[in-house]
Amino acid sequence: MNASQPLWRHPEFARGARDMTGISLGIGAWGLVTGIAMVKAGLGLPLAITMSLLVFAGSAQLAALPLIAQGAPLWVIWATAFCVNLRFVIFSAGWRPYFAPLSLRHRLWVTYFMADLNYVAFMKRFPQPGPMSDQLPYLWGGVAVNWTAWQLMSMLGIGLADVIPTQWGLGFAGSLALLGITGTLLIDRGTWIAAAVAACAAFAAFALPFHLNIVVAIAAAIAIGVLVDHFAPPRAIMRAPS
Amino acid sequence: MSHWTVLVAIVGLTVITVVTRGFFVIPEREVPIPAWLREALRYAPLAALVAVLLPEIAMTDDHLIATWKDARIYATAMGVLVFCTTRNLLGTILAGTAVLVALRLGFGW
Repeated sequence: MNASQPLWRHPEFARGARDMTGISLGIGAWGLVTGIAMVKAGLGLPLAITMSLLVFAGSAQLAALPLIAQGAPLWVIWATAFCVNLRFVIFSAGWRPYFAPLSLRHRLWVTYFMADLNYVAFMKRFPQPGPMSDQLPYLWGGVAVNWTAWQLMSMLGIGLADVIPTQWGLGFAGSLALLGITGTLLIDRGTWIAAAVAACAAFAAFALPFHLNIVVAIAAAIAIGVLVDHFAPPRAIMRAPS
Repeated sequence: MSHWTVLVAIVGLTVITVVTRGFFVIPEREVPIPAWLREALRYAPLAALVAVLLPEIAMTDDHLIATWKDARIYATAMGVLVFCTTRNLLGTILAGTAVLVALRLGFGW
């Protein structure tokens, strides 16, 4: 690679972009729903656009919006978004061996743009941990497609939501999106039990002020989930052989 | 919430995006992932989503839905049905929203 060559001329940039193109339709649809949900939660156009451009994390935005609409305290909004984003904390450990030579500012700048699908595509392309000159062009190629698809469709959603009457109930598309993500996380007995506990706790503690029911639900679900992991007898003993 | 409070919320959410996406690349030296974090990670996002989502689906003005004439019930049922049969997020959103808009515009539910 020629050091003076611009990043976007590097062949890996095109490859990174190509690898994200197939899934950009799904990313765009997600952005559209988030854009609509932001406006329907009562954010005006300037705040919705600011949120889209700065926060750039669909699930966390969708989870934070009902809380913002209901005037929950800031720390509850932030704690909720942090929990929804915890998966990125684990991804960041995966990024570490690749980005180690970069400066802190450069590391944070790159990881800020790394959505779930960038991680999946990158780890498929570069399974061997360790820095290589091909990696950054590949990443930025993927980001160019992913970020653009997301932001364009998010802006389209913001514009549409401003025109379509609230009575249509399009804001509920955001709740349906959360429903779908929740479904993808229900993968075994522990997660089902934790979800049931979170649901019961969220309702049971609903009368608490400041939307503390959400904090209670998260704490209860983590406690039960970890207990299930540590103390439940192995399935083989629980289940009769079939 | 005032515009300024929402703006503060948005700036805080931006910091959360930066910090969570970059969490383990921030320290200069390698930091092992603590076991408790791995365990909490399995359940925290799920719990946060469920706790935010359920009141959105099942409550009106801080009370459980008390009528069958609420479009959200049928939209959610359609969403669950489509997700369970196809595991497709986009289909779930589209089918549920279609039911909701149809009932809202058709019956005013």
